[in-house]
Amino acid sequence: MSTTRPPAAVLCDELWRAVLEGSEYDAVDVVRAGLDAGWQEEDLLLDVVAAVQKRIGAEWAADRITVAQEHAATAINERVIAALAHRPAAGRPVPPHRGRVTVTCVDGEWHAFPARLVAEVLRLRGWQVDYLGAQTPTPHLVAHQHHTDSDAVLLSGSIPTHLPAAHAAITACQAVGVPVLAGGRAFGEDGRFARALGADGWAPDARGAAAALEAGLPRPTAVRQAVDDLPHLVDQEYTMVVRARSRLVRQVLTDLEARFPAMRGYDDAQRERTAEDLVHIVDFLATALYMDDAGVFTAFLGWTSEVLTARGVPVHSLATGLDILAEQLRDFPRGLRIVRAGAAALSGGAADVAVRGTAV
Amino acid sequence: MGDRGNESGSPGREVVGCARRVPVLVTPSPGSPPHPRNTDVRTGPTWKDAPYPVVVLDAKGTVADLNPPARLMLADHHDGGGPRGAVPAWLAAAHRSLTDEANVTPAVPPAAGAIGDRFFEAHPGPLTDEGVVWWLVEETGRRRAEASLHRAREQAETRAMVSSTLLASLNVPRCTEVATQLAAEHLADAALLVLPPVGRRHTVTHALRGGPAKHTTRQFDARDVPGLAEALQGFPPVPARWIDPGALPEWVVPEGFGGPVGSVIVAPLPGHGVSAGALILLRAAAEQAFTPDEEAFARLFAARAGTALSAARLYSEQSAITTTLMRELLPPTLESLHGVDYAGRYRAASDHERIGGDFYDVHPGADASQETFVVLGDVAGKGLEAAVLTGKIRNTLHALLSLASDHQQVLTLLNGALLSSHHTRFATLVLASVGREGRRVRLRLTSAGHMPPLIVRADGRVEEAATHGTLVGALPSVTVRTAEEVLEPGETCLLYTDGITEARGGPLGDELFGERRLRQALVECAGMPGEAIVERVQMLAAQWLGGGGHDDMAVLAISAPRTAPAGAGEDPRRDT
Repeated sequence: MSTTRPPAAVLCDELWRAVLEGSEYDAVDVVRAGLDAGWQEEDLLLDVVAAVQKRIGAEWAADRITVAQEHAATAINERVIAALAHRPAAGRPVPPHRGRVTVTCVDGEWHAFPARLVAEVLRLRGWQVDYLGAQTPTPHLVAHQHHTDSDAVLLSGSIPTHLPAAHAAITACQAVGVPVLAGGRAFGEDGRFARALGADGWAPDARGAAAALEAGLPRPTAVRQAVDDLPHLVDQEYTMVVRARSRLVRQVLTDLEARFPAMRGYDDAQRERTAEDLVHIVDFLATALYMDDAGVFTAFLGWTSEVLTARGVPVHSLATGLDILAEQLRDFPRGLRIVRAGAAALSGGAADVAVRGTAV
Repeated sequence: MGDRGNESGSPGREVVGCARRVPVLVTPSPGSPPHPRNTDVRTGPTWKDAPYPVVVLDAKGTVADLNPPARLMLADHHDGGGPRGAVPAWLAAAHRSLTDEANVTPAVPPAAGAIGDRFFEAHPGPLTDEGVVWWLVEETGRRRAEASLHRAREQAETRAMVSSTLLASLNVPRCTEVATQLAAEHLADAALLVLPPVGRRHTVTHALRGGPAKHTTRQFDARDVPGLAEALQGFPPVPARWIDPGALPEWVVPEGFGGPVGSVIVAPLPGHGVSAGALILLRAAAEQAFTPDEEAFARLFAARAGTALSAARLYSEQSAITTTLMRELLPPTLESLHGVDYAGRYRAASDHERIGGDFYDVHPGADASQETFVVLGDVAGKGLEAAVLTGKIRNTLHALLSLASDHQQVLTLLNGALLSSHHTRFATLVLASVGREGRRVRLRLTSAGHMPPLIVRADGRVEEAATHGTLVGALPSVTVRTAEEVLEPGETCLLYTDGITEARGGPLGDELFGERRLRQALVECAGMPGEAIVERVQMLAAQWLGGGGHDDMAVLAISAPRTAPAGAGEDPRRDT
């Protein structure tokens, strides 16, 4: 059978075209044809559907498709997964025989696609999966653990600013005796943030997650609190920056307008965009404070400058914004260090980047 | 050597030698010279009279001299099995290290060890040619107190750990697993937890020490296990010594127990007023039988486990009731019907709830030629009470489905029903009747005091449906104006509640999300599938809120599919 199997690249191209055109039927046909040609469902999901999803994100970041196209393509891709999952019973894999797990996104996380893939792969491998999806409030996640007695929670996070919420979810699940396997970009390429937050395991991808589960995760016993994992939090810098977020944004905005006369001509929408960008900066600063890791902040600035360069966004000095922020953080030694590290990384990289960007 | 030797013979010389160096236990009499060096030890009390054991060991480590307490002490040592004439090994070792490294100051902490069933610390005097005088200070009491404190701390830690682990989960099977494993780990070689019978079957969880817990259900007579029937009925526990391990039925001894059972404890698990089950602890014959102390600890453990189990049972009973009652109040899962795509998303005001004062429903027409009836609404207030009223409204509307084509009549009847009920709340809602015409979707939209639906055109225009009207449940009559709209392929009509537009937050923290931002967001949504639009609107509102509080938020999209399969009209996805 596999001799006639078309290579992944061919299927990827076909699926990419279908999702870009928003043609659900063509997209579903591509994967069904793949199945008929001898592809395994798991390989189709991970080597074709996931690869196309990655391309959707990359094309959006490079400004080659619009946000609407990105959303539409993602929605079609999700329907492709559903079509694969809800095939007639004859084509389905064996019924669950391994154990029961919960797959969920961090509270506030809207990127459900990676979690969805993991859920389907685990189902294919014989796990009973409760998929809670995007934006799951931590209280729901914990209540679900009381209801179901999962063997593990698989927690997906894409955006680093959700790490504090991820930490709350990890400690809450462990407090009820359920181990947590973390995954997704938010936890760092090497999973270092998963370790820092005390997760019971980390997996780089869906196959890794399945392998970690099959190896078995021990039940956590000791009850911990956030500050046990991250003792630096007692300096209250994270708390105070989060509390003062709106005030900080307002202050930086006012000072920027004083220094850049052009900004005074901004209309409300432009002003709001700039304020939103400042919110992202402060949010990433807060996360860097939470993790005590300046890399979180500098990586965000680097990514932002790349996206902005791709969009040819007009230039205001991001560095000036950081300077003003630094002035506001006089009494915050850790915060100051992080902002300065960010400014240094920026001046070493892109010379002059605008105060713009979103953390989509 | 005689015990008078130091008074009359040559060994006395050694003592004098020692006495010069060691601060001898001498009670200086008034008028005694200030320096012991000048004291004539022969006339005053000597170390021989010291109340502590004192031993003089020579260079080879053999006893050169000793006082009466030391003699008694060493007698204990010999009675305890030590070789006659020898000092305990730990003292000999300390002596050797002292004599081997003459210039090194004695090790800190001082040498210490057991002699017989007592415990001593040994403090050496200075090393001389004749040997070393070892002063032995009894530490037995302190050691015992320390050991007992250590044991108590360990037990307290175990208890704290057991408590927090037991109370962690409110899931009954998980709770029994944890209790059984902990019992096997800390109390016995194997543990069984027997739950009260459901019908005639008991759920039994068993675990061997260090092993996983396994659940089984079996039918048996509790009276076959000595003490079990009593424990399950909440009678006082039968003492372990009364239970004959040989009388246990076979199923009680888990597979892999290895060897006969030596002793058994059957402890009741007292719940909140009723028995939560019973705990059976087994110890192998090769091990020591349960002591009364252990039996007391086992009962304490059982009490904690019983409380935890009982709480878990209460929780699961309550949540089963809640789930059943709430099922009807949860927003429905939407899908495509008669060639029209529907998508909805709901977020309750508080994160720990799933329902609130917003609601939506999609009632499909009997077939593709019939209109599908859609409603989205908002009851004044939030939380459970508002949710109960949404249930009433949804039921009433369901009953009025046969009249659904006449929006004015439906609203008038609903208004009457709400006015005559004991609820004092009112509601706003949007009704939509949806039908497919070729590739287009025809809509009739009626707002009763609600925000008019927004229509996202393929070219990015966002239009407001021209409908308005009075809310229901407040005034004696309802006046409304219905709007008719047509959706081309790829266009979406969005129904939403004010939780979206009145979300407060934003970059500066205190602004409303507002209709302008919603419309702006929808401009960017042109051509998106309905579910992507719904998700995006909820996402933008959530991000606008940041971490702030909010009202219930409901969004529902009615979309004309952009592409249609051959034979449009039938739902293409219902192919399973």
